[in-house]
Amino acid sequence: MSNKSDRLSITPITHRLPTICSVLSLLFILSVLTALAIGPSSINLGDIFSLIGGSGPTDPTTSTILLKIRLPRVILAAVVGATLSLGGMVFQALLRNPLAEPYILGISGGSAVGAISGILLGISFFPGVTLLSFLGSMLTLGAVLVLSGGHSSTRKDSLLLGGVMMNAFCGAFIMFLISISQGSKVQQIIYWLMGDLSMSSSSDLYLLLLCLPCFVVILVLARPLNIILTGRDAAISMGVNVRLISTILLVTTSMMVSLVVCQSGLIGFVGLLIPHLFRMFLGADHRLLGPSCILGGGSFLVLCDLLARTLPEHGEMPVGIITALIGAPLFIFLLWRARR
Amino acid sequence: MIALNLRNNSLSYDGNMVVDDVSFSARTGEFLMILGPNGAGKSSLLKLIAGIEASQSGQIDILGKPKTKYTSRELAKVVAFVAQQAPLDFPFSVAETILMGRSPHLGILGIEGKKDFELTEEAMVFTGVDHLADRRLDQLSGGERQRVMISRAICQEPEIILLDEPTTALDPAHQIKIMDLMERLRREKKTTIIMVSHDLNLAAMYSDRLLLLKNGRVVVIGSPKEVFTPEFIVKSYECDLLIDKNPLGNVPRVMPIPEKFKKDKS
Repeated sequence: MSNKSDRLSITPITHRLPTICSVLSLLFILSVLTALAIGPSSINLGDIFSLIGGSGPTDPTTSTILLKIRLPRVILAAVVGATLSLGGMVFQALLRNPLAEPYILGISGGSAVGAISGILLGISFFPGVTLLSFLGSMLTLGAVLVLSGGHSSTRKDSLLLGGVMMNAFCGAFIMFLISISQGSKVQQIIYWLMGDLSMSSSSDLYLLLLCLPCFVVILVLARPLNIILTGRDAAISMGVNVRLISTILLVTTSMMVSLVVCQSGLIGFVGLLIPHLFRMFLGADHRLLGPSCILGGGSFLVLCDLLARTLPEHGEMPVGIITALIGAPLFIFLLWRARR
Repeated sequence: MIALNLRNNSLSYDGNMVVDDVSFSARTGEFLMILGPNGAGKSSLLKLIAGIEASQSGQIDILGKPKTKYTSRELAKVVAFVAQQAPLDFPFSVAETILMGRSPHLGILGIEGKKDFELTEEAMVFTGVDHLADRRLDQLSGGERQRVMISRAICQEPEIILLDEPTTALDPAHQIKIMDLMERLRREKKTTIIMVSHDLNLAAMYSDRLLLLKNGRVVVIGSPKEVFTPEFIVKSYECDLLIDKNPLGNVPRVMPIPEKFKKDKS
């Protein structure tokens, strides 16, 4: 107790952050190892470790399954989970709405219209459907931002309303597209709408690298975001450029969410569950919440995807079903526990 | 020394003048309170000084330097602002909230050092919220919360603190506690205090000078005795007021006269 900071009633972030990150990193590594090991042909941990070590498993089939099938899938799930969780965290904070999902600014509607058009046109998933989906979400995002560009005090509500309206409008369009499509395409569309990680192939994973700079931007802006959350006027008087930082966060987040949505479809619930879960345990400090959402969200979706591809006896089910089936009851339980 | 000097400042929203050609100055360590009926432009004037709004015309000098020469971070090192109410939907802890006051002083990485934690602790002790350090903002009473927001402003180490009706919605005991705190702050740290208030008697008891605003214009600026006259205060509020001497000291006391007491007289 000789150290002065020990007597202080504040635990500095430099103490809490490393602890939380180590625990969550461990969880993340365990999830990844489990997901790599389990599948139609189970692979023992020794093989996985020797692959990481560079020597490679003795059996070339095992090596192919690990490197060409499971690893890309795990990477996709991890990045999608991390992005959706972080995106949900930012939108819930900026829009001051606990129900905000990462898709809220028109992204779900726009990307779905783009993707479904692509599926109906019968073009290949990559780059065709992916590109159309990304284009769709960028168009709706642009429209929402332009529509809400009015007075800053009303901007938060008009963003939210603009996004909801845009999604609703696109929803009608989606129904129209489904009604004119037939047979096998309908199932493909429904899988996309539920969120499915099986459509993407390992060759287009490098697109996900673009999410990393977005993560960095959001993590760096976590401190000014904290200050904005204690009041807009107070934040300006403390030297924070509220308008600029909010706009950067909105655009960065929407971009990275669009990037993953065009490859994964609309996976629901991750962006709601994970940020709220960590807020319950860690409080409101976004410098802690950011890294936690990345690691925790990544782990969560890796595990959900593991269930999505192993539970059905034949084939797979959309991972969105699993996230909602696990997420909703878990969330209700946490709410109930927090109330007591 | 002059801490704050405003010359011919105006601000309008959609063609409505909310601050109209306002000029005044405040000395270092002065307790200046801004009074005026609802919609007089008191909060807007405070926001002009805090840099939350920019005046459309006029000049503001802070510590002898034009406000336009300050970057927003530099301004935040000398002027702190306490809003009427802090939002509670993101419940930071008391200590976390107060520590944010250090943000204009932090380096590019924004990581707080030992000095920042010490100043936070000091500010908590000064306002008497140190025992609440780990509590969340939404678990506090209104008075405690207001003291936390004032602690954050103190932690910012400003020369000037601006407060927007900090005692509204508090019971008399907590009102006095906040006002005594500001009085102590100005005495011990020589901080200049500019406060918007609706409480005429608190204003008369605590302030050195009063600035009376109406329709965005300065009606009068002067000592409580000079301002609390039928000519200024009664006319501005358009309400019958009884003005006499406060038995506690050499300051005026004001009381609005309700309708039923007027009838009794006649």
